[in-house]
Amino acid sequence: MQPKVSVKKLYKVFGDAPDEALERLERGEKKEAIFEATGSTVGVQNANFDVGEGEIFVVMGLSGSGKSTLVRMLNGLIPPTSGEVLIDGEDVASCDKQTLRRIRRSKITMVFQHFALFPHWTVAENAAYGLKIKGVSASERRKRAITALDQVGLSSWADSLPSELSGGMQQRVGLARGLATDAEILLMDEPFGALDPLIRREMQDELIVLQKTLKKTIVFITHDLNEALLLGDRIAIMQDGRFVQVGTAQEIVSNPADDYVAAFVADIDRGRVFTADNVSSDPAAVTLGKDSAEDAMRVMEDLNRHALYVLDDARHVAGIVTYQDLATGLNEEGSNDDLLRDKLQAEYPTAEGDAQLHELYAAASEGLPIAVTDDEDRLVGIVEPEAVFAQLSGEETAERTDTADPGPEPDADEPVADRTPEDTKEKERDTANV
Amino acid sequence: MFSPSDILIIPFDDWVNDFVRGWLVPNFREFFRAAQVPITAVLNGLNGVLQTIPMLVMTALFALASWKWAGRGIAIFTIAGFFFIDMIELWPETMTTLAMIITAVLFCAVIGVPLGILGARSNRLWAVLRPILDIMQTIPSFVYLVPIVMLFGVGTTPGIIATIIFALPPIVRLTNLGIRNVRGDLIEAAHAFGSTSRQMLWDVQLPLALRTIMAGLNQTLMLALSMVVITALIGAGGLGLVVNTGLGRLDVGGATAGGVGIVILAIVLDRITQGMGEANGVATFSLRQAFSNLFRSRGSQPVGETGKAG
Repeated sequence: MQPKVSVKKLYKVFGDAPDEALERLERGEKKEAIFEATGSTVGVQNANFDVGEGEIFVVMGLSGSGKSTLVRMLNGLIPPTSGEVLIDGEDVASCDKQTLRRIRRSKITMVFQHFALFPHWTVAENAAYGLKIKGVSASERRKRAITALDQVGLSSWADSLPSELSGGMQQRVGLARGLATDAEILLMDEPFGALDPLIRREMQDELIVLQKTLKKTIVFITHDLNEALLLGDRIAIMQDGRFVQVGTAQEIVSNPADDYVAAFVADIDRGRVFTADNVSSDPAAVTLGKDSAEDAMRVMEDLNRHALYVLDDARHVAGIVTYQDLATGLNEEGSNDDLLRDKLQAEYPTAEGDAQLHELYAAASEGLPIAVTDDEDRLVGIVEPEAVFAQLSGEETAERTDTADPGPEPDADEPVADRTPEDTKEKERDTANV
Repeated sequence: MFSPSDILIIPFDDWVNDFVRGWLVPNFREFFRAAQVPITAVLNGLNGVLQTIPMLVMTALFALASWKWAGRGIAIFTIAGFFFIDMIELWPETMTTLAMIITAVLFCAVIGVPLGILGARSNRLWAVLRPILDIMQTIPSFVYLVPIVMLFGVGTTPGIIATIIFALPPIVRLTNLGIRNVRGDLIEAAHAFGSTSRQMLWDVQLPLALRTIMAGLNQTLMLALSMVVITALIGAGGLGLVVNTGLGRLDVGGATAGGVGIVILAIVLDRITQGMGEANGVATFSLRQAFSNLFRSRGSQPVGETGKAG
């Protein structure tokens, strides 16, 4: 499938001598050296990435890393020095003015850090701005603006002025303005950067909820790694105008490409990055009515586990048995066919595969392995409590992700991994490391 | 003692004389005569209308406008002032002066606002425009009165042309400033949604620059008023002529009466346009709304709020 946004070898040099600066860049000179020699500032160097339909691609970097320049090149607000920006296959970097306007009106829209609402218009008029530019009639404009405002929960403020709204509400209007045009690509330039932390958190959650129904293709710029990890299907980390690493949240946290990234991920909350799938292991289980108590104990001995899930005929979880219970039972009652059923505990900790680790703390503290179940309530993996805490502490991460990556069953996938074929990920990482 | 004039004397005055008398006037007199036709038409029309409106109706209109934009105090002042002007028997002259000023300001706006917009769009044009505006503002108006008489003749219309030259710079400058000062992120947002430059101008730049443009209009109006007496020197009528005649006859009373009339008119016009500028400057009004507000009662826009936002 064609990516929605495809960026190839994109460069931006600010200053009078961009060609010389590009040459020096190719020779491998550093940004600072080029500035001293030519007076030109390198904004973005050799950015390469694809954003698939419905994906949130987060570009994270500190100020001056070139992330705002990058996002402005995607809709032509800043013309690139060289390279391609393909929006649905059309090159924004080289197209004429009419084409650029058409793309901006219908395909790509933008949300700004400081909201950029027009102070002389009401909220509804602001939300309808993109439609006005397109020449939509006033009544239709209003209707669609109200629909967009509904999506962000602000339709009752339609006739207020932006200045009467709080920062968070203003940014919702900014978002509604972007949504009203039905553009499929949404560029968000640090949209929550100017909001206070509580509101920011609220807006992030709301964006996640909205995205579930909207399925927009989003390029999201942020300087906050936690925000990047929370929102991004894939994340690019930028430093001095180049990508130092591109990957999923899990990949970046577990395998930082260099010391710069490692320093960033050092203090993030790993409990919010990794999911149950990342730490789950093979769901060895015995089946009720088929396997005996001795079979169960043998499996536990083989796997060095102290508890084991028991399935019914339909592969649904019937319950859990512990080695200790079975051993006591064998001692007291001797071997019999009902022993497994007698010792079955119907209460057991369970979690969805995409549950974040911080949601598993309570379950993990019970000491029993946590059952990871799929949509149809079948057992697809188990999470040992130790595995949760090992992942949090960052130990043996390499080993853990290796075992977690293929997944216990093919349909228990991570939502992210299948969108990005392994080979393109490798390629991006290679180019980023050049 | 040596001085540069020992080596070379530049006959600058002769050059200018040759240029104006020898080339500009003979070649372009007809062109300049034709150019003043629209100004004369507007002036005569306006003067006719203002002279036919009864004094009391006119006073009521101005009092209403003052009340709406400048508050009750100025409204009372307007009534008292206009009554005073009528009582000192200067009402027709005041209306002629008003017609002249409105005409001059109208042409200043028609020329100045587009120039300011163009200047804001192109740094190169602004680099050319700026020194010209500086010259227009600093050159003593007496200097260009004579060539104006040569090119346009004497009368009220040449007076208005001199007024336009003198009063044009502020509206150009402030239009330019207002448009350049529109927040960069709003311009960026308009671009990001695919605005054409015309849509950008009408939807974003002009409404947001309106307050500054109105300040420029107010400045232009005040400069036009200050030219009233000077233009009387080349045959313009109205209150300026009253002052001039008084001056010529050493008639202190007559000159003072004309002067007081100008001052009253200046105060009323200044306060009304200032109030309009502030009302428009509040972010709540689009250009269309600003104009439609002219005909709406004042109750719809509380003064307190506009004051706060300003």
